[in-house]
Amino acid sequence: MSIRTITFDAIVVGGGGAGMRASLQMAQSGFKTALISKVFPTRSHTVSAQGGITCAIASADPNDDWRWHMYDTVKGSDYIGDQDAIEYMCNVGPEAVFELDHMGLPFSRTEEGRIYQRPFGGQSKNFGEGGQAARTCAAADRTGHALLHTLYQQNLKNGTQFYNEWYAAELVKDADGNVCGVIAIDIESGETVFFKAKATVFATGGSGRIYASTTNALINTGDGVGMALRAGLPVQDIEMWQFHPTGIAGAGVLVTEGCRGEGGYLINKDGERFMERYAPNAKDLASRDVVARSMMMEILDGRGAGPDGDHVFLKLDHLGEEVLHSRLPGICELAITFAQTDPVKEPIPVVPTCHYMMGGIPTNVHGQAIKLSGGHEGEDQFVNGLFAVGEVACVSVHGANRLGGNSLLDLVVFGRAAGLFIEDQLRQGMTQYEPTDADIDQALARVRRWDESSGGESVSALRKELQSVMQNHFGVFRKGDLMAEGVAKLADLRERISKAHLDDKSKPFNTARIEALELDNLLEVAEATAIAAEGRTESRGAHSRYDYPDRDDENWLCHSIFDPTAKKLGKREVNFKPKTVDTFQPKARTY
Amino acid sequence: MKVSIYRYNPETDREPSMKEYEVDTQGKDLMVLDILALVKEQDESMSYRRSCREGVCGSDGMNMNGKNGLACITPLSQVAPGVLEGKKPLILRPLPGLPVIRDLVVDMGMFYNQYEKVQPFLQNNTPAPAIERLQTPEDRAKLDGLYECILCACCSTSCPSFWWNPDKFLGPAALLQSYRFLADSRDNATEERLSKLDDPFSLFRCHGIMNCVSVCPKGLNPTRAIGHIRSMLLERGI
Repeated sequence: MSIRTITFDAIVVGGGGAGMRASLQMAQSGFKTALISKVFPTRSHTVSAQGGITCAIASADPNDDWRWHMYDTVKGSDYIGDQDAIEYMCNVGPEAVFELDHMGLPFSRTEEGRIYQRPFGGQSKNFGEGGQAARTCAAADRTGHALLHTLYQQNLKNGTQFYNEWYAAELVKDADGNVCGVIAIDIESGETVFFKAKATVFATGGSGRIYASTTNALINTGDGVGMALRAGLPVQDIEMWQFHPTGIAGAGVLVTEGCRGEGGYLINKDGERFMERYAPNAKDLASRDVVARSMMMEILDGRGAGPDGDHVFLKLDHLGEEVLHSRLPGICELAITFAQTDPVKEPIPVVPTCHYMMGGIPTNVHGQAIKLSGGHEGEDQFVNGLFAVGEVACVSVHGANRLGGNSLLDLVVFGRAAGLFIEDQLRQGMTQYEPTDADIDQALARVRRWDESSGGESVSALRKELQSVMQNHFGVFRKGDLMAEGVAKLADLRERISKAHLDDKSKPFNTARIEALELDNLLEVAEATAIAAEGRTESRGAHSRYDYPDRDDENWLCHSIFDPTAKKLGKREVNFKPKTVDTFQPKARTY
Repeated sequence: MKVSIYRYNPETDREPSMKEYEVDTQGKDLMVLDILALVKEQDESMSYRRSCREGVCGSDGMNMNGKNGLACITPLSQVAPGVLEGKKPLILRPLPGLPVIRDLVVDMGMFYNQYEKVQPFLQNNTPAPAIERLQTPEDRAKLDGLYECILCACCSTSCPSFWWNPDKFLGPAALLQSYRFLADSRDNATEERLSKLDDPFSLFRCHGIMNCVSVCPKGLNPTRAIGHIRSMLLERGI
């Protein structure tokens, strides 16, 4: 079967913050760059980020230091974030944030005219010794919206070629495993096309939709991780899923940590500010894994609110109408729409909700995808032609738990870094790997499978079942036997999904076809998560087990590496060698 | 409850039609987007756009019982009296005035073209400082009510002037964005921006009927922004 080929220097898959920062970098330098996005770029999930972008720009505190931010991030990661990558992000961060201002991002301002910064969870001054810091740069509580629109606008200005509402379905590799581009579907016409490029950058975002309850957009289906796993590439720390403390109970809609940064706090059904018991110093601004677990303990101990005792409350009314309407206007809207609650008057019902995938495709700071870990002796081996940035990547700057406000920084810093690196490679002459017809044909197999399906279960029923397995077996608290059951259920689901049925075979804007292809990706991410979670026999960061309640530095101060071919979990060393500062040694993590 | 949805698939249908569905809401005041998901479980061939499901991405603008809005933040009780109770059907159509690709999915090309025409990006030809460009809170406050636009097209597709001249009249969404940059103290392309708007169509086809204001799901006021640009053009002419 021969299909149309479209050729570029570089293609970026995904139109969120990381993808558009990468494409902007390359387009500015005059390289022929395409951005392929399954939605119009400003509909990407970055748009939902609320509270801000954490970065030591020294506005709120003129003495702020990126090394303090680095310390917080290493501690937040529960010591399995790579210190060279965290160092790079925190150090380069201010430059990347000032660039966003120069591009026009409408940050909120201080009286001095500088960017407004608010306190967020897990932030400190002076390496944890100087109390709470205010380091999160904000555009009210719509920072993601402001950032995403600004990046789209700059890409328009700089001539990035957009393929909007095109769905990347599969990686195309040659016989040696070098990446040659992707197969993508023009959703509007249904046509399948081969995009050929020297560099393929995955910026496909997260996969929160593997869970029944998530803050993530409906489009967050792990397409990049799915494609990588099907191509036989490993994923790292995929058991590490962040549950955000404050999703609106029932709806799953996010309520920013900035609410607690501005002075809001959590209460149980008795009105008690319970975080004082769990984190006496940082209280409600402890890091997210700690707060989410504390909330679940309150609920499990019978102090949850509501008829089913299944949530707690976020109290904001004491901040006053003026602060709420100027600093948190979006939250007021969301609470009224989705909780029928006006935060000016009453507390918002909230519950920990799946929010962020810390794991993903392992990369170095340039976004180069890693296929084999170097370990002690060797160097990392890279997948030629493949890069990953943003949530789909695991650099790793978040380790076992991401700090609030660090995801937007991750997007712009590493989107930019990958762009700079690829530019440089293109100037030096980068190889275009050429696939054979058989290679392309192989990449088309999955699309063909659905197009030719007859009989079998429906996509929506299987998706629901998968989401409930993940919710019930791999939630905030985990247990070996329960996870083993979950792994077995997923094996059964894999069998059934491989025979599932797409009834509507029409071409124009067939969203059922896209949902079917997304289901395959959800399954890949879910299975990798399940096996990795069962395999990591300790509790660290967001991964918390009843049967292994303690952190085990002797055996697990390392990344997990899931190998999709053997379906086995391996280990990879964490980087403890920052270039300009001393190593932050692991210690007990208290807030 | 009864749901009536505009259906058209160019591959199989010679003309569009309305198709009726029966959906069990168990009496709950669901969002219109939840209803669409229930319909799609019955009939996967019904296409619509959606992403964030919380009113910030702007994917699911559509016409609900005669009024444009976002399906994900419009509860049944707010569509029209009687819809929640099942006394009246929920009637869903694509945004008016744009070509239909399929079912509730419209071709947004003309809408995006007008957006691009206003050069929706900051322009400043002075060298950038080593830190951010300073801006007072008062100057920053001028952008409130402008930068929040999510490009859902509810406003422009409710505007008769846009229906009539979608290629020449920029429409409320694009003009709101135009003013967002005219009002930004960090932008210094004011003269160039204004000169591009100074013709009988681009802006002056707005007759101030404020349909845009009444449908904007983010509570923004494009008519006011257009009024500000009008004043700037007049001052410039004197």
